[in-house]
Amino acid sequence: MANSPSTRTVALSAKSRMALMAGLALAWGVVPLLALALPAGNPLHLSDYALTLSGKILCYATVAVALDLIWGYAGILSLGHGLFFALGGYAFGMYLMRSIGHDGNYQSDLPDFMVFLDWKELPWFWHGTDSFVWSMLLVLIVPAVLAWVFGFFAFRSRIKGVYFSIITQALTYATMLLFFRNETGFGGNNGFTDFKRVLGFPITAPETRVVLFGLSASLLMGAIVLGRVLITSKFGRVLMATRDAESRVMFLGYQPLYYKLTVWTLSAMLCALAGALYVPQVGIINPSEMSPANSIEIAIWVAVGGRGTLIGPVFGAALVNLAKSWFTMSFPEYWLFFLGLMFILVTLWLPDGIVGLWRKLRSGRAAAPAAASAAPPAPAVPATPTAQPEAKAAGMSGRTVEGPVAKGA
Amino acid sequence: MNRLIACLLLFASLCAGSARAAMDPALLAGLAADESDDKIAAIAKVAALADADALRVLVAMSKDNLMIAGDKFYIADGDKLSDAATGAELSARPDGLDSLTINNRVRSALDSALAGLRLFSPNRDKRYAAARELQDSADAALLPLIERALKSEQDAEIRTLLQYAQAVANLQNADAAVRLEAAKALSSSSNPSIKSTLLSRLQKQGDSYAEADEKVRAEIADSIKQIDKRLARADAIARVFTGVSLGSILLLAALGLAITYGVMGVINMAHGELLMVGAYSAYFMQGVFRAHWPDSTDWYLVAAVPLAFFAAAAVGVLMERTVIRFLYGRPLETLLATWGLSLVLIQAARVLFGAQNVEVANPGWMSGAIEVLPNVVLPWNRIVIIGFAGFVLSLVWLLMNRTRLGMFVRAVTQNRAMAGCVGVPTARIDTLAFAIGAGIAGLGGLALSQIANVGPDMGQGYIVDSFMVVVLGGVGQLAGAVWAALGLGVASKFLEGWTGAVIAKILVLVFIIVFIQKRPQGLFALKGRFVES
Repeated sequence: MANSPSTRTVALSAKSRMALMAGLALAWGVVPLLALALPAGNPLHLSDYALTLSGKILCYATVAVALDLIWGYAGILSLGHGLFFALGGYAFGMYLMRSIGHDGNYQSDLPDFMVFLDWKELPWFWHGTDSFVWSMLLVLIVPAVLAWVFGFFAFRSRIKGVYFSIITQALTYATMLLFFRNETGFGGNNGFTDFKRVLGFPITAPETRVVLFGLSASLLMGAIVLGRVLITSKFGRVLMATRDAESRVMFLGYQPLYYKLTVWTLSAMLCALAGALYVPQVGIINPSEMSPANSIEIAIWVAVGGRGTLIGPVFGAALVNLAKSWFTMSFPEYWLFFLGLMFILVTLWLPDGIVGLWRKLRSGRAAAPAAASAAPPAPAVPATPTAQPEAKAAGMSGRTVEGPVAKGA
Repeated sequence: MNRLIACLLLFASLCAGSARAAMDPALLAGLAADESDDKIAAIAKVAALADADALRVLVAMSKDNLMIAGDKFYIADGDKLSDAATGAELSARPDGLDSLTINNRVRSALDSALAGLRLFSPNRDKRYAAARELQDSADAALLPLIERALKSEQDAEIRTLLQYAQAVANLQNADAAVRLEAAKALSSSSNPSIKSTLLSRLQKQGDSYAEADEKVRAEIADSIKQIDKRLARADAIARVFTGVSLGSILLLAALGLAITYGVMGVINMAHGELLMVGAYSAYFMQGVFRAHWPDSTDWYLVAAVPLAFFAAAAVGVLMERTVIRFLYGRPLETLLATWGLSLVLIQAARVLFGAQNVEVANPGWMSGAIEVLPNVVLPWNRIVIIGFAGFVLSLVWLLMNRTRLGMFVRAVTQNRAMAGCVGVPTARIDTLAFAIGAGIAGLGGLALSQIANVGPDMGQGYIVDSFMVVVLGGVGQLAGAVWAALGLGVASKFLEGWTGAVIAKILVLVFIIVFIQKRPQGLFALKGRFVES
């Protein structure tokens, strides 16, 4: 533990800051220009479809970064992150449903599905959801409370590895069953759809889409910056040490529970925000978002990109989802083969994902010692042989410890 | 149905003896009455004859074959036409032939009259079924028939049913004392439809009760209470049975996983797809039998047992050799890679067998049900599956505890290095153990094909349940898996009674989540030094 609080100040290098600025300029300057100012016939024009697809992928990428924060840096694989994503989506969806107002099929005060169920008034948890501020609070608070309570009990019992993965899967599965019921009050099977406007702006207008895209991009960049600040801090050190040798960290006097709990809750909130931005862009939210399969797919985005790096999951999410869009349009019957093989090949041959491959290729070209100096001077927890069995026990696959990543964002 | 009628006719003509006399035309005339009430009264009168003629006329009437021309009745049978009263065949068609119209009320009276006539069938099962039908719908008009049947009936079980039917009919008797007696007699029944008949007597119509006498009402209420008590007990028995049945299904789904995950520690997310392989081998075998041995299709299931085992085991070996063996000791990676395998297998099933669910029929010897109590009916396919679960369980137990291979598997699980040192080929044992686990999953899938949908996505529905069973029971414990499966099955069936199926499922999942927090090692924890590894 040779680091000092001053590491926090070098969280963002000058280069990263430049990249961040460029990203923001792209999202708020170039993209609006391409989408709005250029006529539809222009080859550089961004169509609504492309804009929505990229906005969607940015939301997915945020979820991937959130999952990477706990899987890559804390060694906890959650197979229930789709739940937090969907809860955020539902919370914001409630606001969107209320903003439909009287423009629904039944011209009623209540959302259409309630009229359909012959309900006379809003259930209690729908109160106040016509306020944007309150629903944004719900977006953050509901998943955070759920994650905190669930995480508190799970981490206190020192449930880890596969057990944790399976009970998170059970959690999202149980919630999905709950949301499928009409009586639960979230539209059952169909969920929420037919949104009309957000904050008074028509939801399908290109301008609204551009703003939503910009917000998604900003959220992603914010998540990466937050992750960077977190993992380069002392907090991040303890977290990674917990990942690699939890018992040792405890013997050194740390209580891993709160470190894990903080990053777990934070990760859930990031997912929820991404979900809230996702729903107005795709125009629908239903319980199938909570299916265990969706949550496992998030894990493959991270694995493909490279876990334990912040930029990897972004690449992973983009790559897998672009492939999905392409496959489901051109060869729908081969998509599952492709996805399945990706799961297998990445775990067998690319344990560190694309980013790991890129690093290996680069360090292979440079001389071996140079590769070491390419890593940042930031101190890392040394990987000693005795640390290995423990890492295995924690389900961390016995990988040696990596230093924090500097060349990411 | 035709055979039944023919046999009834034969019997009725025998018991009627010389009675080949024509029916009284006045009796028949009532059947064409304008009012339904008159028609029903006429039907009862005809039925009371309880002879071949009556049966012939009523059967014809219920099949809409009774015709009328002027004031004479005829029975049409295809092209042939016969006189309803005498049964004599006619050569010429009379003018103005018209069929009788029957509404639903008349039809139900007709059905119970026919049931009354069937009380005299020589076949015990038919008499039993008729007596059962009558106790649901007995009517004062049928009393003479029931009483006559009671006199001649020897079978004790049918006699009891007939007595209930008589009591039900007597509930409408004009004499309060008879009604009281009837209400008392019904208290020993355990039939829900008798209960609803009794309840209807307690209902208010306007200001007065359907049952006028207060003492009779009290007696009826008392009888209802007694029936309720018996019904609740039957309900509990039925719940336990469906719970055990669900438990045996869970066990079959989870046993394979208890080996691959429980004993070997491989997180096999493609376990559900191994079940699917087993289910599809039942489908495949069914197709083979239908094409080549159509006479013995009922036995396709038996032939599918080895196929399901070896097909799933072969897929298992393939999975182990190509993917899983590189990932031992890395559970999270195994989880992701086997999830990938499951996607590939699902898609392969879609390509091979189509994306739709396929139809797998129950063989004849598995359909039907046995009735333990009047409203506890145990379907044969469930019973066979419970038996099959026991068979597979003992197979696994024998394999693990009584064979050399099983000993090696246990040795490798407990201490891989030491087992290797004394000459156990650990890598081959891993493959074989995984193959056995996969094969057992195939057998589970075969059983599931008999009660659930068979389709490419079927495996996904079982994966969470299977893991819950294994984790709840305690990893590495076959006995734990058995108790966990049965416990989960019975508990969720009882919960379903109170909360509905979906909430019950959610509650069970929440219970398991909470349970794992308290006892991560499961119900039956392994003891010894290899627990921690």
